[in-house]
Parts: sequence; C-alpha cells; structure tokens
Amino acid sequence: MSGLLSALLNGLAQGAMIALVALGYTMVYGVLKLINFAHSEVFMMGAYAGFFALAGPLAGLPPLAALPLTIVAAMAASSALGVAVERVAYRPILARSGGGKAVGSRITPLVTALGASVLLQNAAVLAFGARPRSYARVPINTQLVIFVTALVVMGALHLLVSKTWMGKAMRALSTNVEAARLMGVRTSRVILFTFALGSSLAALGAVLYCLDQSQAYATMGQVIGTRAFVAAVLGGIGSIPGAVVGGILLGVVGELTKLTSYSGGQDVLTFVVLIAVLLWRPTGLFGKGGVEKV
Amino acid sequence: MVAAMSTRRSLLCGLALAALAAGCSKSSAPSGAPAAGASGAPATGEILVGAYFSLSGEETQFGKDSQEGIVLATDQLNSDGGVKGRKVKVLFEDTKSMPQEATNKVRQLIDRNKVVALLGEVASSRSLAGGLIANAAKVPMITPSSTNVEVTRGRDFVFRVCFTDDAQGAAAAEFVTEKLKKKKIGLLYLAQDTYSSGLAKTFSEAVKKHGGEIVVEKGYQKGEKNFRTHLDQLMAAKPEIVFVPNYYSDMVPIAQQAKEKNIPGSMFLGGDGWDSEDLLKGAATELEGAYFTNHYAPDVPWENSKKFVAAYQARWKREPSSLAAQAYDAAKLLFDAMGRAKAIEPVAIRDAVAETRGFSGATGTISIDKDRNADKPLVVVQIKGGKFVYHATVNEKRP
Repeated sequence: MSGLLSALLNGLAQGAMIALVALGYTMVYGVLKLINFAHSEVFMMGAYAGFFALAGPLAGLPPLAALPLTIVAAMAASSALGVAVERVAYRPILARSGGGKAVGSRITPLVTALGASVLLQNAAVLAFGARPRSYARVPINTQLVIFVTALVVMGALHLLVSKTWMGKAMRALSTNVEAARLMGVRTSRVILFTFALGSSLAALGAVLYCLDQSQAYATMGQVIGTRAFVAAVLGGIGSIPGAVVGGILLGVVGELTKLTSYSGGQDVLTFVVLIAVLLWRPTGLFGKGGVEKV
Repeated sequence: MVAAMSTRRSLLCGLALAALAAGCSKSSAPSGAPAAGASGAPATGEILVGAYFSLSGEETQFGKDSQEGIVLATDQLNSDGGVKGRKVKVLFEDTKSMPQEATNKVRQLIDRNKVVALLGEVASSRSLAGGLIANAAKVPMITPSSTNVEVTRGRDFVFRVCFTDDAQGAAAAEFVTEKLKKKKIGLLYLAQDTYSSGLAKTFSEAVKKHGGEIVVEKGYQKGEKNFRTHLDQLMAAKPEIVFVPNYYSDMVPIAQQAKEKNIPGSMFLGGDGWDSEDLLKGAATELEGAYFTNHYAPDVPWENSKKFVAAYQARWKREPSSLAAQAYDAAKLLFDAMGRAKAIEPVAIRDAVAETRGFSGATGTISIDKDRNADKPLVVVQIKGGKFVYHATVNEKRP
C-alpha cells in the first residue's frame, strides 16, 4: 500500500514537470497551429544553461540562493533560444506560405520544426559532448519543490491568460489570427511572447528535472519531449488546462506502470492510455470540437 | 619512432604518431592512409595492420583509449626488432562512432591498404559490421572489447580478447553466490538494451544453477531517470544484493536516488558497463562498497599488468582504462601470432591466432577457444574511497 502511495506521489511530481513542458507545446499550437518539435530541444538547452550556471558563476553560493538564480539563468537562455528559433526557422516560412492558406502550408513549417529539433540536438552533442553532465546536488526535497513550483506557475499562467491584455491577445490569436490582426493586435509580438513564455517554462521544468534526476545530456529532450507532447495531445492540444491535466495523468500512469512487471515497457502503456482517450474523445480531454484539417 | 621514418610513406604516419605522442587531444588525423596507397606491402617492407576505432563522435574516448594501447604495443614491438625482422605499422581509421563507417573503413583498409590483419572495434555493433567484411575477405580481425556473443559467432576470421556477455553473467553469479554468499538477489536492468537485458538473463540463469534465487526483477525504460518507484519495489522484496547490469550514465541517478532512500552502495553489483571515470565523478560516495565485474583494474596484482601500467603511464602520463589494456593485449596477441605464423599473409596469421594458448597479457592469461573467444579470468572491482579497487579474480570456465 505504501508502495502505491509513494508511486502516486512520485507520479504527481513527475507529471507536474511533464505538464510544464507540455504547456509550451500547447501554447504555441494555440497561437500558430504549429507543433513546435524544437520545444524538446529548448528544454534540453535549458538544462545545460542551468548546469553551466550552477557549476560556474553560482558555484560558491548557498544552495537556496543559487537555485532561484539558476532557474532565472536557464529561463533567460531558453526563452532567447525559443525566440531565435521562431525568428529564424518559423516566421520566414509561415510568411511565405501565405499565413496558413497556401497548399501544403501546414506541412512545411512542421518539417522545419523537425529540422530545427535535429539541428539543435546535434549542436548540443558537438558543443557539450555526448556524456551526461551531473548536476550539483542541492539538499532540498526536489519532488515537493517540483510539485509546488509547478502549481504556482500554472496558477500564474492562468491569471496571465485570463486577466491580462497579453493573455487576451493570445486567446484572440488562437481563435482567429486574421481577425485579431484586423482588431489591431500586433500578432508577431504576441507570437514572440508566446515562444518566450513557453520556452522559459520548459527551462524551469528542465532545471527541476535535473535537480531531481541528476543529469543533463544531449538527447534528454527526446524522452521528456515525447511524453510532454503526448500529454498536450491527451489534454487537447491548444488547451492550457488540458496540458496540465494531461501531464499529471501521464506522470501518474507512468509511475503506476513501474509497479507492474511491465516496468520496462512504460511508454507502451502510456501510449495505450493515449489511444484509449483519443478513441473516446478525439480532440483530447479538454479539446474543442469543430472540423479542422491538419 | 625515428626508425619508422625511413621512407616518405612512413614519414606521414610517423608525423601522426608524433602528434599522438605529444598528447594531442584533438582527434588525430587517421594516419597517412590515402598516401599509403596502392601496391600492398612487399615481402621485405613494413607489415601493414589496419585498426578501426571511434576516434570521433559519441564514443571518442573509447577509440582514443584503444588507440593509445595499440600505439604503445606497436612501439614496443618495433623497438624490439619487429616481427621476423620486419617493422609493423598500424594504420588507424576513424569509424566516427557509426556502424556504416566501420564497414567503409574496413573495406578501405583491406582493398586499398592491403592490410594483413585488423584490430577493432569497441562497440559490438561496429565490430559486427566490420567483422562481416573482414570475414568475407578472409582477413583476420581481433576485437579488443566487443562482448556481444554474435560478434565472433560463425565467423572464422573474427576473434576477441575480451570475455563474452555470457561468461560475464556466469562469473558475476558465481561471485555473488559463492564468494559473497548471497542467495536472495534482485535484478534491475535496461529493458530495451541488448547488453543489459542479455546480461541480466545469463546472470539469472547462472544464479539458479548456484542455488540462488532472483527474488525481484525490474526492467526500466530507455531514457528513464526516475528510479524511485523501481527502488521501492526492489527493496520491498528484501534482496541481499541487487544486480544492475547497465551503463554508468544510468547508474549515477540510480545511486543518487538510492542514497535518498538510505540504500547503501554495497547493495549494488554491476557489470563492465560501469567502468567509467564518470561513475566515480557522479556517484562515488553513493556507491561506496559496490562491486562490479570487469576486464581489468589498474591495480591487479599480475606481473604483466604492472609492467603494462608502468609503460602506459610513462608514455601517456595517465592511468590506462580497461579499453586501453584490452587493445594493448589485442595488438600484442596479434603480433605474437604473426611471429608464429608460417608466412605473413592473412590466412596463415588467422591460423596462428586460432592456435593461441596461454598468452600472458595485461588483462590476464588468454587462450583462444574453438569459438574464437578468449578464455580468460574476470576481475571483480570494488568502489572504495572514491576509486576502483581490485577485489578478486573469478575464472568461470565456459560450458
């Protein structure tokens, strides 16, 4: 019984971390209708930024002072990277493909996103090597910190999206980009903001992940990125509460599979859950209906 | 080195060696292979041996360690007069840590450079790829450190100087049940990996033969770094020791999370995948007292090993890794076989390698068995005071 309870608690922490990354996928999809596959690599780069900050300039500080600064440094680095990816890889392509109306306009940015992901991952191998880098140990209850931080951040995000002008603009873009532009919303600025916000959440997730599970390595984005993407789809891509619920659900299911003798095939069971949910609700748990061709 | 610079052709290679000797840390240009060209070794000139290793890419360190061991063995041989009065030159090629490059480079060494024998690779996937070409071309190949059983199976020209995964699983089981007297054993392994799950399987079969029992078995998913639930599940079954045949990169988080749960390092036993400085950097205190089976330890009390370690340190100014020791042995064993061969040509060398019995290497006394695998002792290493320390020798005879 205590095994089940501790697995559930582990799952909540793990799920909260997945949810932080899933938010990035869902927000970008919301405003651009684009699956940003490079998001998992932004997560990975955030982990490295945190590693170098913690091992370098912040090494001498007491852990409780170093930790927030590490997170800030990682968030800054990742949001810069996220914005750069948008500027370099997505915006020119989206502009040329006629803002989503030309033939194949959904496929081209999608392939570009995959390309950006491969590029960033290989750049990380070249720059940092393939060996995992061990994070310095910080004497805190990482699982609790992850869960509380994630809840606070998600609460703040909810306020931002529902109460502020920028949040309203983001919602406007997700409803109809053209209409938002006609109403005087500076769409490119909103898109940049969305990328910066999503990327910094990924970096927060990455630093918490590394503090909890110790290592930064170049292919780490694949594992967590896949789970976060699945969480976003599970919750209904484009929906912020959906990403949170999807992430936590996935985290808990993943941990519970470890109790069974199929622990080596964790992702198999995770994907079975995804398929089951999608068969029941094709748009995901919180997804909006409506016919749309992707 | 000076003696090697007699012709223009070897000058190029000499320069490459000189660069290595200077401790050049960037990837050394893989010899003067293009210039080494066309005609093949004349009966009186240098003997050309090909070596293919991962000198760049993900497993650069594996390749460089192996290269250093081979260069040391070759220099020692040549300063003692070479083989049958002829110098040996080893041409190094870079596989870039990719199996397809191993194929290309082995083909190039055989077709263009006309090498009489090959040394390589570390990773079993690349030795399998290279071995396929070498075997078809009937050029003998010795892999220093590929442990997968398939590498030599059914390939008459492919040999190894390391133990196989089968032998390792059996030896680890013997050590736990007979020496440590622990019969209730847990198992944690990487389910999607051939090495890890294969070793777990041979180990658990051997444990049963020795009267032990696997009380709990947990696989984990590739990429998983959160092992708390696995550890809870393992400990709930109250094992006396847990065998974790994985790579050091996964072992670091496992050890750290075990520490949170107050599981002592001596609860864990591993395989040769643990052999890395990075394991000590990441989790030396957490794993204090843990054992793992390995090919070699720098402080093994064997005469040949001590000589090797001294020579290696004099040459490269650092402690040799297992990979360096194994590559050194592969090269030495090959040179020894060349000396015994009826002629310096591939088939005769192959026969001489196959007849090797009781060769004293840095990693123990090696005999080549009928399956072209090495019959040799295994070493048990303990993590103690932040270092890998020699603990015992296990000499499990294969069935």
